[in-house]
Amino acid sequence: MLQEESDLSLIIAQIVQKLKGSNLYAQLERQAWSCLQRPEIRLESLKEDIKEFFKISGWEKKLQNAVYSELNVFPLPSHPSAPPEHLKEPLVYMRKAQGSWEKRILKSLNSMCTELSIPLARKRPAMEQKELLNKWNEMGTDEPDLSLFRPVYAPKDFLEVLINLRNPNYENGDSLSFRTHLGLIQVPLKVKDIPELKECFVELGLNTGQLGIDDSTQVPPELFENEHVRIGQKVLAQQDSAAAQQYIRQGSPTALRAELWALILNISSQPEDILYYEQLKTNVIQHDLLVDSLIYKDVKLTASNDDYYFVFEDYLYQVLLCFSRDTSVLGHFAYNSASPPKSYIRGKLGLEEYAVFYPPNGVIPFHGFSMYVAPLCFLYHEPYKLYQIFREMYVRFFFRLHSISSHPSGIVSLCLLFETLLQTYLPQLFYHLREIGAQPLRISFKWMVRAFSGYLATDQLLLLWDRILGYNSLEILAVLAAAVFAFRAVNLMEVTSLAAAEAVLADLSTLKVMPLLQIFLFATVT
Amino acid sequence: MSRVLVPCHVKSTVALQVGDMRTSQGRPGVLVVDVTFPNIAPFELQEIMFKNYYTAFLSIRVRQQSSMHTAAKWVTCLRDYCLMPDPHSEEGAQDYVSLFKHQMLCDMNRVLELRLILRQPSPLWLSFTVEELQIYQQGPKSPSLAFPKWLSHPVSNEQPAPRLEGLPDPSRVSSEVQQMWALTEMIRASHTSTRIGRFDVDGCYDLNLLSYT
Repeated sequence: MLQEESDLSLIIAQIVQKLKGSNLYAQLERQAWSCLQRPEIRLESLKEDIKEFFKISGWEKKLQNAVYSELNVFPLPSHPSAPPEHLKEPLVYMRKAQGSWEKRILKSLNSMCTELSIPLARKRPAMEQKELLNKWNEMGTDEPDLSLFRPVYAPKDFLEVLINLRNPNYENGDSLSFRTHLGLIQVPLKVKDIPELKECFVELGLNTGQLGIDDSTQVPPELFENEHVRIGQKVLAQQDSAAAQQYIRQGSPTALRAELWALILNISSQPEDILYYEQLKTNVIQHDLLVDSLIYKDVKLTASNDDYYFVFEDYLYQVLLCFSRDTSVLGHFAYNSASPPKSYIRGKLGLEEYAVFYPPNGVIPFHGFSMYVAPLCFLYHEPYKLYQIFREMYVRFFFRLHSISSHPSGIVSLCLLFETLLQTYLPQLFYHLREIGAQPLRISFKWMVRAFSGYLATDQLLLLWDRILGYNSLEILAVLAAAVFAFRAVNLMEVTSLAAAEAVLADLSTLKVMPLLQIFLFATVT
Repeated sequence: MSRVLVPCHVKSTVALQVGDMRTSQGRPGVLVVDVTFPNIAPFELQEIMFKNYYTAFLSIRVRQQSSMHTAAKWVTCLRDYCLMPDPHSEEGAQDYVSLFKHQMLCDMNRVLELRLILRQPSPLWLSFTVEELQIYQQGPKSPSLAFPKWLSHPVSNEQPAPRLEGLPDPSRVSSEVQQMWALTEMIRASHTSTRIGRFDVDGCYDLNLLSYT
């Protein structure tokens, strides 16, 4: 812990360091130089004149948005003596669990290489490169034999790891008399209760206008929708990231959503960004990776089978293959409890100058990974724009759903929050399901790992993701999961097996997200 | 502000417990750790740094030498400092902590000995302590870091030269130029952390297996 004074200067130093390496810094520098050429600039008021120029020309707003973006992503300032691994994850046993999990994944991948006699990575021959380039926009029509490839892991494998997570300093043995937790997650992390959640999600309250509720056909648009759209247009005109984030807590109009999300994520497509995407594409053409087959397999198993998303198959291949080659993604491992896998150039085993990360972005896809991209295809039609948005969504949110950490938005905390909410507010249901061997988390876990992508109808999913961006938090996923159980409680009380419980909850595509959240959080008697 | 590590001896932890230790079923909720400074006391304490391990509250008492003719006395310099906002959950449980002299209830001059009183009221934890304890005193000011006064505040003792019409004030101009120069040096000293985006080594990215190390 540090006091607030040092915290602030530390935050400033770290943000400056980060932004200094960004494209924006180069642009600001260029603008400042051009400003110096103007005849009205005086040496004695140089600093003030440049500031004024930045304000008038709109560059100050861009800088503010970039700083705000960093503040949303940046971990809390750490003590100067804390080692880098502490910044990734402060609790030692969590780090060890994540390390063990990573080792299992690596062994699984190495086994696949050995069994199939396939290298992790190789340079494509020139003919093969030309062939891939020709069919870049129709990779979905290609039907390679993927039967030998299997997903490295599925959410249910990951759940078993979380269930066995234990704090060695935690007295969870005989004494059931103190703070009993009957759920599958047995770690004593702090999670919010409903009064705290109400305070956090106050904009979802019964007396606040809400897209997803107040834009239905039964409600006259004059009551809320028209004014909300007008405010949204004003927010976009202002180009203010912080205002946009506050605004979409009440939902984003469909027509404005793509721009609002880009503004919140501080994504603006410059020529440099398009070039960067083309470079990634070139890297896909030139190098063949084993993870490419895993990506093909996953898209085939998930999005291509989904009624909403099969039309976007080609986009998914393009975005995910480029993502695997993007070394800028490695930056998020500074605050991700996970670490990128490592390998050596063939014939150079053990030589550090020939050590590389694999895949280049350090992220190994698992079963369902492509569903993180699929909903974004409805919003963004240029591949490079779609790519930028997905990459930023991943390094802000999605990585937390498949790594072991004590972060409040991490999957462990979400599981614990879900179980705690259910146990506290639906104790009879929780007990009944536990008795028949249908622990609620075994059903809801896959929803949360995929942020409900592929489970909700797309319009409902995007309303949910509005709130993830609006609150810069994934906690709403756990609340929604609990709300779904509450909604189906009557049927669930009658089931007698895990299979029957799963059947009751098999189809979420007709659910309305915002009424469920509102009822669960604000209509509950506490 | 520079600091210097003070060599210290951390004594064994003493548990405060009511009744016979051997027969009691409960675990102690209060631990006492004494820290002595065999070769350097008394000194002026600047900072205490440690890594927490499930301690919820920390109090610190200091034994100070008051004068040559009076016995040293114990004074409480920190009372129930909160390390874990909720003793029953893990926030702050393994954080790095620094405590500075301005946070103390008394002055930290002429320190002879420290006594750390660790409290953990929750029965959920099997053990609690503080680790990697380090004590610092104020280091000497480095003369090379301080700008000589005449350099940062140029003062002319001569008769001021007649100001030419239309030219800016020369002392103000020189002050601004110095600031610009300092900023330029600062920028030059720091290196950008941007990656160039390559993942191969000299165009080669042929890999067989992943490494476990």
